Amino acid sequence: MITAEGITVAYGRRRVLDGVSLSLARGETVGLRGPSGAGKSTLLRVLALLHRPAAGTVSIDGTAITGTRYTVPAAVRTRIGVLFQSPRAAADPRLSLADIIAEPLRVARRSDISARVADLADTVGLTADLLSRRPHAVSDGQLQRACLARAFAHTPDYLLCDEATTMLDAATQALIATVITDYQQRHNAGVLIVTHDPALMTRWADRTLDLADLPATAR
Amino acid sequence: MTTTVRTSSLLAISDLTVRFRLPDATVHAVTGIDVTVAPGELLAVVGESGCGKSVLAHALLGLLPANAAVTGTALLHGDGAPIDLLTADDKILARSVRGRRIGLVPQSPATALTPVRTGRRLLEETLRAHGRPRAEADTVAAGVGLTPADLDLYPHELSGGMAQRLATALALAPDPPLLLADEPTSGLDRPLVDATLDVLRQRCDNGAAVILITHDLAAAQRVADSVAVMYASRIVEHRPAAGFFAGPRHPYAHALLDALPDRAFAPIPGHPPMLTALPAGCAFAPRCPHAADDCGIQPGLHPDVACHHPIGDRP
Ligand SMILES: Nc1ncnc2c1ncn2[C@@H]1O[C@H](COP(=O)(O)OP(=O)(O)O)[C@@H](O)[C@H]1O
Ligand code: SF4
Ligand SMILES: [Mg+2]
Repeated sequence: MITAEGITVAYGRRRVLDGVSLSLARGETVGLRGPSGAGKSTLLRVLALLHRPAAGTVSIDGTAITGTRYTVPAAVRTRIGVLFQSPRAAADPRLSLADIIAEPLRVARRSDISARVADLADTVGLTADLLSRRPHAVSDGQLQRACLARAFAHTPDYLLCDEATTMLDAATQALIATVITDYQQRHNAGVLIVTHDPALMTRWADRTLDLADLPATAR
Repeated sequence: MTTTVRTSSLLAISDLTVRFRLPDATVHAVTGIDVTVAPGELLAVVGESGCGKSVLAHALLGLLPANAAVTGTALLHGDGAPIDLLTADDKILARSVRGRRIGLVPQSPATALTPVRTGRRLLEETLRAHGRPRAEADTVAAGVGLTPADLDLYPHELSGGMAQRLATALALAPDPPLLLADEPTSGLDRPLVDATLDVLRQRCDNGAAVILITHDLAAAQRVADSVAVMYASRIVEHRPAAGFFAGPRHPYAHALLDALPDRAFAPIPGHPPMLTALPAGCAFAPRCPHAADDCGIQPGLHPDVACHHPIGDRP
């Protein structure tokens, strides 16, 4: 179980989150909704250990995590995968898709990188010709699949998706949802999806939370 | 449903084909597109990502990179002789076509906005360049859901959705007879999606034409007069919207609608083909439940569906 408790975040003088709490268990898919600008993405980035809140704690299985990004031990950090709305913003334009997928494996100095990349690419339905291309020569859907493969690299226990299919066509959206659900079932992963599409929310999430209703202590 | 007889065409695209040369391969990005767009028409171009929609739009505006080879014709009608967008001199395109006669809402607006000017400066400059009063900036912005205060922000201060709306306002400002809107609603939430779509619809009701490129089938359904479905670089179905959504005839179009979360939410089995190695014959055949021997021959678009065994034809 990953838990955010009493999270407060302010950008400058504007307080976007005020003592918000949320928890996500392994095996479940939780949907999070709320108007744009309400702080959904901020909360997700806090859970992903990418943003340090002004107050509040993120913990996994009861152990509080201090720090963000590379100050968090790799063994903890790699338990969380993230997928964002815009794959363009999330991928280094100089790298091939294969290298984008390989990034977290290289950081961890894995030895079986090329076999693992091929395996991950296959999981997300990326064909071999695309793997040698760089982001400018592939579509958003193709690039998002590479980002999903990258998020799977260390087999995370939790996957956090921020409007991850909003920019994609219906077939790619359904494919990504299916790939994520397969992954979830195989690894008993907890999945958080942020979306403003009510049809997608109803179809995909086991339970739905409204950011405005989140309590100040974990549910 | 009413049937409109189109007596004139604003844009007539014929056999438009785009190839990209890569060091070791050729990308078949757009193949043999035949489409006409009439004044007042809102044409939605839909299809899986990577099928060639954006390349089609960029080809019409002469915005393709140097490794692209373009063939075919795309005649833009207006006052005077029609101009072939595919062979016209880039100076002519830059001076009198792009922005003025054909507006573009680019797919990734954040990167297209000049960073050192506020939205208001950008919008006022565009209005003035096209002979409209600067004072209309607030009105044009309000049409896409931007407040006067939003306009005073610099591009880096805008959220993705605000940048998207600013790009739409900038494309609308010259009041072009044809607007190419490439995913103008991505990153917006539903109320803003609907507001943007309604602005596009209203342009068409006033006689302008819009080509709406979108992955969002619900958006197309809300505003389009006609729908063209692209698959693997070709148009595979092109029909009036109402009939299309009630009963798509191409097996791919059918599968795409079925992928919607309020329909079957089913991905299409298999992968889209590599555009560097398209199969002979129908490119959908490897994924098509209706494929038969004759599908090894490329089906033509006659009259409105490119399939040897369209849905509805079978007994
Ligand atoms: N500069 C380029 N060089 C090579 N291939 C490209 C280039 N730009 C786009 N492509 C390829 O052309 C195809 C169509 O792309 P695009 O029009 O962006 O798709 P869509 O807009 O339908 O998602 C894709 O396979 C893409 O990878
Ligand atoms: S031509 Fe054949 S393979 Fe292609 S969509 Fe039609 S039935 Fe399917
Ligand atoms: Mg596109």
